[in-house]
Amino acid sequence: MIERSPIEQIFRDEYGKVVSSLIRQVGDFEIAEDSVQEACEAALKQWADSGLPPNPGGWLMTTAKRKAIDKLRRSANYRRKQRDFGYREQIDRPGGDPMDDLSFDGSQLRDDQLRLMFTCCHPALGVDAQVALTVKTLGGLTTAEIARGFLVPEKTMAQRIVRAKRKIKSATIPYRVPTDDELPDRLASVLGVVYLIFNEGYAASSGADHVRGELCDDAIRLGALLEQLMPDEPEVVGLNALMGFHHARKATRVDHDGQPVLLEDQDRSRWDAATIADMDARLIAALRRGQVGSYQVQAAIAAVHATSASFSATDWPQIAGLYDRLAGLTPSPVVDLNRAAAHAMAFGEAAGLEALVTLADSLASYAPYHSTVGELLARSGDPAGAIRAFERAIVAGTSEGETSRLRARIDQLKD
Amino acid sequence: MQYLLLIYSEPANDPQPDETGAAIMTAYREFTDAITEEGILVAAEALEGVESATTVRVRNDETLMIDGPFAETKEVLGGFYLIDVPDLDAALKVAARLPGSWHGSVEVRPVFDWTKVEL
Repeated sequence: MIERSPIEQIFRDEYGKVVSSLIRQVGDFEIAEDSVQEACEAALKQWADSGLPPNPGGWLMTTAKRKAIDKLRRSANYRRKQRDFGYREQIDRPGGDPMDDLSFDGSQLRDDQLRLMFTCCHPALGVDAQVALTVKTLGGLTTAEIARGFLVPEKTMAQRIVRAKRKIKSATIPYRVPTDDELPDRLASVLGVVYLIFNEGYAASSGADHVRGELCDDAIRLGALLEQLMPDEPEVVGLNALMGFHHARKATRVDHDGQPVLLEDQDRSRWDAATIADMDARLIAALRRGQVGSYQVQAAIAAVHATSASFSATDWPQIAGLYDRLAGLTPSPVVDLNRAAAHAMAFGEAAGLEALVTLADSLASYAPYHSTVGELLARSGDPAGAIRAFERAIVAGTSEGETSRLRARIDQLKD
Repeated sequence: MQYLLLIYSEPANDPQPDETGAAIMTAYREFTDAITEEGILVAAEALEGVESATTVRVRNDETLMIDGPFAETKEVLGGFYLIDVPDLDAALKVAARLPGSWHGSVEVRPVFDWTKVEL
């Protein structure tokens, strides 16, 4: 976890809720975010003097709302906006008690977050912008933290977020959950963004910046929110199960020195058995609905690994079959590579190498392709070919940990 | 909200005077009729070919004219529709119905809203 003061932690936890609720009420991203920002600054001062209020989230909501109303009144087009969004009732509600906002955890609040998620993940925004905006507004991370998490300069990240917000406003990207006919495509883009956020965090080794671990937590939280609000979408369950299975194995993925540990060498007794059992049950229930999609299939692959007693007991023919299905649903060279590796495990190295032949061109600069070829050649008794392939993998570009693992493998083969 | 739908295409891909071309022209007519009916059409025009373009610049009180378009590109502006719809989602749906998005590309540009300017 990142070192945060208790107050900063409250900001992080409440930010997305307050912003999404305020955007609905004022219909303006910028005014909403600026107001929440100012409310946080006011809270820093006031809470330091007089201690935490009984409901910090409600306090932030009320304060941010007052600030937003001030901003709206000051703006020249207040009347027009009033007409457009019907602020009058919100603002001049007779006897309206701002403390009403203390009843803060309602279904309204979750609906607001869902709407905001669809706005942030609108396909008219670039994927990078969708991801950044989602983490910023719903995750409550600061721009500096997000920039660290995604390994880009803070200025780049700030520009990305500002540009996305401007486009939402100038192009009038609506703030609503898509209609039924649009939903499948739009939900796919939201799920894609959540999974990208998760992967960004997951790819980091234990020694890396802790912000990246928080990206995993954010993705899991957003996934849970989606599932709560859209319980009839089996792909949402699929994504959550997929992230859950990965997360359950998190502790064993790297050793004490931060070096990656291969699946076959991971200590399965340290996997989170309770989460695995829970995810497995939910995934099976989702699959029974018969609307299979790529996240459910990927989760099923992760489930076979997660529930296998040992590496040698892995049901490879089942995994190979699931990869066949996945390659049909979402054809991509990377899926084909994993499919080939699974076929090698299930039906022998020759079957795997045969499946890899067609990928040689499309994956020539993709390091995992070469390391997979190398591994299969090594196992089929061609150490010279294996060494060549491992060297190509290193040239193609691998992480520090992966490079030293491949070097060790090359030395092993030379002996 | 008004949006300008700009139709860009490679002249070679534009509807030719053959059967396919006739079908596309019919599709354009039907599309125009439909959005007129729906009350969202503000204006629409097709443009003469890019070879008919003249580009004008005034520098130091001197008017410079160039025979040709502002920029030489493979895909050229061939026409536009100006529509009035509630939001970007609605505009994008109209763009996908526009036959220009089948033989070329349609750029969707929100029209600047002067009432949003704080003076």
